[in-house]
Amino acid sequence: MRYAEAGYHLEIDLARGNIERVETDPKNLTTYLGGLGTNVKEMWDRVPPETKAFDPGNLFIMASGLLCGTPAYSCNRTVVSTISPQNNLLAYPMMGGFWSAELKYAGYDKIILRNKSPKLVYIWVHNDKVEIRDAEHLRGRGALETQELIKKELNQPNACVAAIGLAGENRVFTASIEQSRSSASRLGGGAVMGDKNVKAIAVRGTRDLYLARGAEFMQHMEEITKYINYRNENPLPNVMTILSGIGSPQEMKHTDEKWHTENFAWGNARTRRRGFWTDEINKSWSMTQTNAIKRYISCFNCPQQCGALVAHADVPRYMMKCFSKLTYSMAAYVDNLDFNFRIARMASEYGVDAFSTPQIMAFAVELLEAGILREKDFDGCPTDKEGRFFWLLDRIVRREGIGDVLANGTYYAAREIGNGAEELAHNTIKKHEQLPIKLGMLDPLYFLMYSTNEKVSITQIEGNWPQGAFPTKEEREAFVADWPQLPDDHFKQYLLDWEPRGEKANPFFPTPDMCAEIVDWMEMLHNIDDALGFCAGMASFCLKPPYHIHNYPKLISAATGMDIDEAGLRKMVRRSRNLHRAFNIRRGLTRADEKPPEDHWKRRFPEHEKLLMDTYYAYKGWNISGMPTRKTLEELDLGSVADDLESRGLLKEGENA
Amino acid sequence: MLKKVKTVTIKADLCNGCRACEIVCSAFHASPPFSSVNPARSRIRIIRYPLSDIWMPVFAGEYTPAECMGRDKYVLDGKVYEECAFCRAVCPSRDAFKEPDSGLPLRCDMCEGEGEPWCVKKCLNHVLVVEEREEEAADQIYPQELEVGVESLVNRYGLGKIQDAVARRSTRG
Ligand code: SF4
Ligand code: SF4
Ligand code: SF4
Repeated sequence: MRYAEAGYHLEIDLARGNIERVETDPKNLTTYLGGLGTNVKEMWDRVPPETKAFDPGNLFIMASGLLCGTPAYSCNRTVVSTISPQNNLLAYPMMGGFWSAELKYAGYDKIILRNKSPKLVYIWVHNDKVEIRDAEHLRGRGALETQELIKKELNQPNACVAAIGLAGENRVFTASIEQSRSSASRLGGGAVMGDKNVKAIAVRGTRDLYLARGAEFMQHMEEITKYINYRNENPLPNVMTILSGIGSPQEMKHTDEKWHTENFAWGNARTRRRGFWTDEINKSWSMTQTNAIKRYISCFNCPQQCGALVAHADVPRYMMKCFSKLTYSMAAYVDNLDFNFRIARMASEYGVDAFSTPQIMAFAVELLEAGILREKDFDGCPTDKEGRFFWLLDRIVRREGIGDVLANGTYYAAREIGNGAEELAHNTIKKHEQLPIKLGMLDPLYFLMYSTNEKVSITQIEGNWPQGAFPTKEEREAFVADWPQLPDDHFKQYLLDWEPRGEKANPFFPTPDMCAEIVDWMEMLHNIDDALGFCAGMASFCLKPPYHIHNYPKLISAATGMDIDEAGLRKMVRRSRNLHRAFNIRRGLTRADEKPPEDHWKRRFPEHEKLLMDTYYAYKGWNISGMPTRKTLEELDLGSVADDLESRGLLKEGENA
Repeated sequence: MLKKVKTVTIKADLCNGCRACEIVCSAFHASPPFSSVNPARSRIRIIRYPLSDIWMPVFAGEYTPAECMGRDKYVLDGKVYEECAFCRAVCPSRDAFKEPDSGLPLRCDMCEGEGEPWCVKKCLNHVLVVEEREEEAADQIYPQELEVGVESLVNRYGLGKIQDAVARRSTRG
């Protein structure tokens, strides 16, 4: 009997149309948990370093986290894993919504696609019945439209459908996978799905999922539920509204956008507009938002309401969440929210990443203004800001004209266009567009997180540690007084000593040693969430979250029957993180790639940054090139990985310094 | 005589469609309780048409051996819903509120024996509100799950076949 997990993968060879239900090794649970952890293991075992994103041998995995489908609130992440067309490393875009639970109830932990289908298809999984069905009639259809059409054609209103739009079909590097109110959008997962000629994966499950010690599991949930209720009634004091609650950023509820609009950069991560948020803007934006939002909605089994059903003016209805409320208006320098609600729907239908895509379009406009792109590249394009963005979006997802170049993201587009374009493509890490933020003083914690994490996307790394020092001693004392989520009490002193200005402030405080510890803790939590399938908004991406290192082992033990303590859990995610890193290193990742955008902070400290990196690598048990040492790997029972890295000449024997 | 009546007020406008109620209902009714989860076995279901703004919690009602004489068909906000879309009866015309494997009927028993119904407890958005009141009522006997199951089997296969099947089982030991 398998508990919490289904114990089966669905393996589909798209070239041959072969479908297999494969029982998984129970040992994977005890070594890598599930979700991202076991995805990394599959990728390491099966995808050699020579395989590129669009090679048939690239796997496309859609996985459910280990605890998805259980009664644990907010555990609903689907973890996509594949080689990214953008940076050739392991991409793992995730989405909330309802798909992962449905997959579990259908009896599978993962769907693994390999090779390419000769024609456009969709996959229909209904418990044991699995079909590869023709999707030619869905070609060119929107990602949202496709979900509805498939449910209708199957006569299955309760099926969950994850679909790509035109962007995925055309292998646009920022193509997303859309499902219900959620999307897996970073690093081009939708492009790989499109390359494999898979338009959608529809799932319906009506099977039992077992819990080893269910009653005990519910008791632990009882405590967590109390805390969720408490936090929903008592937002944290002394922090910005957006950081005061639990759940993903409550962008659909909050209308006050002073912080985002004045602190994040507009255009292609270009200008901060201090003083933008006037009374007048506040009134007009709030009204647009309030009128547009028809209902707040959640993901599977989550009491929060981060998403919304949007019914804006004459725009067909769609669902929205998070920062996509602002990214298009801000990138286009459009001072109204109406534009954003309009273009966001089109972008969701086309299926594109709402972080990268607006920046790419803003980049194109900058190139035009700088004379690097010509009027003829914009032939037929309206000249108003809004019209230009609609036109560019359309070109990009169709890969027409200049859109074909832009569809590869700012990094590659700049290199193809040349003529000084590289200078303007300034906001990528590892070839991937980042949050549009430009700040003053180097922040040592963020420096490390930006530089080193495997996710290549800051929002999935940060979270448990406050973004900035509290100004007064009283506030600091109040914050640490009630902080049971900390892995260890000594962290409290770091926060108590941390000042907004002076000696004990950025960039030299927290010290490199402290920074390494804090970052390690935060990314560990993210790795646990991503293996279990929890929404980071209720755990690693939020201050004082309901789920943390002290209650996770209890939930995992009760759900799976495998008794695990904190040390055991840490070791498992440390193992998967090191394997993940080895996988990326085998694909060419080097220390030289590990850096934030040049202009992310105005004030940089090269020597101190080097010290930060050295300290962090050493803390992780990696050598000065950022590679796990043999000793580290062996401690994690990954001796064979060390052999592999050595045989490729990547890891040198005795290089443990 | 006086009888306790439980009314659940369903504030459907507050529902965020999370399905927590379905999850916990199915888990509580597993045996032993909470040993498994399967929303398809839940006695509450959320009828979901997100783009039409329909998230409608519906509790499983009584088992009925025969379909209604007429069918209802709702039109809301311009969308036509399938026949009987919002009905709570466990009826031969459709699969709703039946065990996925056996097809046996499911009925909301208000989590008999528990203080507060589980779906109510786990809906943190307070969509489901129970009120209990006493009212004058004729004696009424609610059939137990086993009886409802047997009745539905008899209706489906006929008493003779069921008796044969039971007899075969018992001789097998
Ligand atoms: S907190 Fe928000 S994003 Fe996270 S699972 Fe809940 S509804 Fe989804
Ligand atoms: S638990 Fe409440 S909010 Fe969630 S689906 Fe059920 S009734 Fe709706
Ligand atoms: S009251 Fe109990 S039996 Fe009825 S739907 Fe709710 S959880 Fe299920």
